[in-house]
Amino acid sequence: MIELAEVSRTFLVGDRPVYALREITETFAEGEHVAIMGASGSGKSTLLNLIGCLDRPTSGTYRLDGRSVGDLSQSELTQVRRHKIGFVFQSFHLIPRLTAAENVELPMIFGDIPRRERRERVSAALAAVGLAERATHLPDQLSGGERQRAALARSTVMGPSILLADEPTGNLDSASGRVVLDLLDRMHGDGLTVIVVTHDAKVAQRAERIVVLFDGKVVERAAGGRIADVMAVLAAADEGPEEG
Amino acid sequence: MRVRKTFRFALGALTRHGLRTGLSLLGVTIGVAAVIVLTALTDGARSYVVEQFSSLGTNLVVVLPGRTETTGFPGVPSIPNDLTIADAEAIALLPAVKRAAPVAMGTETVSFGERSRQVAIIGTTADYALARQVEIARGEFLPRGDADRGAPVCVLGHVAARELFPGENPVGRVVRVGGWRMRVLGVLSRQGTKIGLNLDETIYVPVATGMQMLNRSSLFRILVEAQAYADLATARESIRRLVTERHGEEDVTVITQDAVLSTFSAILNTLTIVLAAIAAISLTVAGIGIMNVMLVSVSERTREIGLLRAVGVHRSQVMAVFLAEAALLSAAGALLGLLAGYLLVRLMVGLFPALPAAPPPWAVAAAFGMAVLVGVVFGLLPARRATRLDPVAALAGR
Ligand SMILES: Nc1ncnc2c1ncn2[C@@H]1O[C@H](COP(=O)(O)OP(=O)(O)OP(=O)(O)O)[C@@H](O)[C@H]1O
Ligand SMILES: [Mg+2]
Repeated sequence: MIELAEVSRTFLVGDRPVYALREITETFAEGEHVAIMGASGSGKSTLLNLIGCLDRPTSGTYRLDGRSVGDLSQSELTQVRRHKIGFVFQSFHLIPRLTAAENVELPMIFGDIPRRERRERVSAALAAVGLAERATHLPDQLSGGERQRAALARSTVMGPSILLADEPTGNLDSASGRVVLDLLDRMHGDGLTVIVVTHDAKVAQRAERIVVLFDGKVVERAAGGRIADVMAVLAAADEGPEEG
Repeated sequence: MRVRKTFRFALGALTRHGLRTGLSLLGVTIGVAAVIVLTALTDGARSYVVEQFSSLGTNLVVVLPGRTETTGFPGVPSIPNDLTIADAEAIALLPAVKRAAPVAMGTETVSFGERSRQVAIIGTTADYALARQVEIARGEFLPRGDADRGAPVCVLGHVAARELFPGENPVGRVVRVGGWRMRVLGVLSRQGTKIGLNLDETIYVPVATGMQMLNRSSLFRILVEAQAYADLATARESIRRLVTERHGEEDVTVITQDAVLSTFSAILNTLTIVLAAIAAISLTVAGIGIMNVMLVSVSERTREIGLLRAVGVHRSQVMAVFLAEAALLSAAGALLGLLAGYLLVRLMVGLFPALPAAPPPWAVAAAFGMAVLVGVVFGLLPARRATRLDPVAALAGR
């Protein structure tokens, strides 16, 4: 359960504050599939990083499964990321010198999991994304879609409860994007909380719920089926400054 | 095991940039090779000197006319009294002394028939052969007896004998030394060169004969053998007192071989320290090279570090990865340096076989240990920089 209460995140650029998130109060239920939308710079990634414990709020409280994240030490945050959270990024973030299998193994490599179990988990995760045959390939021997599937295998290999994806299909053509989205749907089906940041209506409409950010604030909440309304809000927001 | 995984991960990162890794190793390699070669050289020089001296016998005390350490007023050098055969005989009677051989020295022409050559003349007594452990190849050494009597006899060094009497036995023949005709009593076996004096090109004559022939009133030195190594200091002190009493002033220098040896040793130790310091500086420079390449590596791999942090790798583990890389770099460089150093030393020994150069084990261990330590110490700054990165910024490549 993800509970944000009046969460703000302010960056200092020089001595000028940039308000990336402003008093966001939002709850994400366990097993929910949510899409976060909004114009560029509206604070989507900042929100996702906060939820993923990569970052901490400037003010407000964030409770993850009842524990206040603001009170956790760096080392505890790392521990939370390792066990509870899986990340998928627009640019995959695979380490080029490691094979697909080694990349998937990465979250376990410095831990205490025995070698045999690590190998089993890697094979299972790769098989789940349809890359069993590509285990020994390097990232540059994989297509974009395959790379993102490898990244997806890596994000789930530790058995997290939350999967966070920032523009997971942003660098993919629509066919391989669809494969990745199907996998996300399946993982959601397996009980994971899935939160996807996207610009793409086709991605957002798969979610149960859509949250729209504007200038660091939640301006709209809608069911996934009401994607058309959401797109209208976004279009209006885009034109807003010109009209005003 | 976590350590092994950390090193494997680090190794993977290093082998990706072969040339850069290789170049950054080079500093360490050169530094370590320098330590090996330089310490091998000084150590070789040390054993060379020690060997030369110990071949002269370690129980020896040498008495020289004149004082090398001036304690009086400078300006007026006093002319020392002659060191005489009688002095040597008196020294021989001291309890700490086993034997004392007077030595007169000069050069003369020796000839037999048509053949002649310039040789060193040593005037001495039978005790000389015992004190110096000289081996006789043929005939015998100078006879025992009255040292003041100058008999016209001589003993030839190996080379002198070979050149004057090629293929013949010189014993019993008569050679001409300066204006003297002398009967050859014996020939020494090969001695080799000892501290600059080729003993094989020497002719030995009774000390009185030698002094007369060379027109000397003072001995060149007196060679004294102490009863035992433990008596060296006593012998030295009693000789000093005896001669001072006999001459009415302290006008001789009494040195023991081990004193000379320890002087040489001290010089060589200083040299070793200086060379070690130079080597340490070169290793420090090598460390800066490692730091540089590690800093580049950290900034190149910012995204990788961000990713590691995102998937739950602790700061300390990121630190360990980069320290392991630095340690591997310097250890590999050090191993190459050891190899290069050994090869260079072998090459030198091949070129100068007289020099028994071998790197001392402590230097090998110290060079390797220092190099790895330097790598880790200079790896600390880049590794800390890696751990300080904010995960979000690092993921964005910032
Ligand atoms: N580390 C930072 N320092 C300063 N400003 C930042 C930082 N990170 C984000 N911001 C600012 O915060 C605001 C929100 O950024 P964020 O990356 O969350 O936007 P976004 O909605 O993900 O945009 P995009 O769709 O382009 O990815 C932006 O104005 C951005 O410039
Ligand atoms: Mg973003």
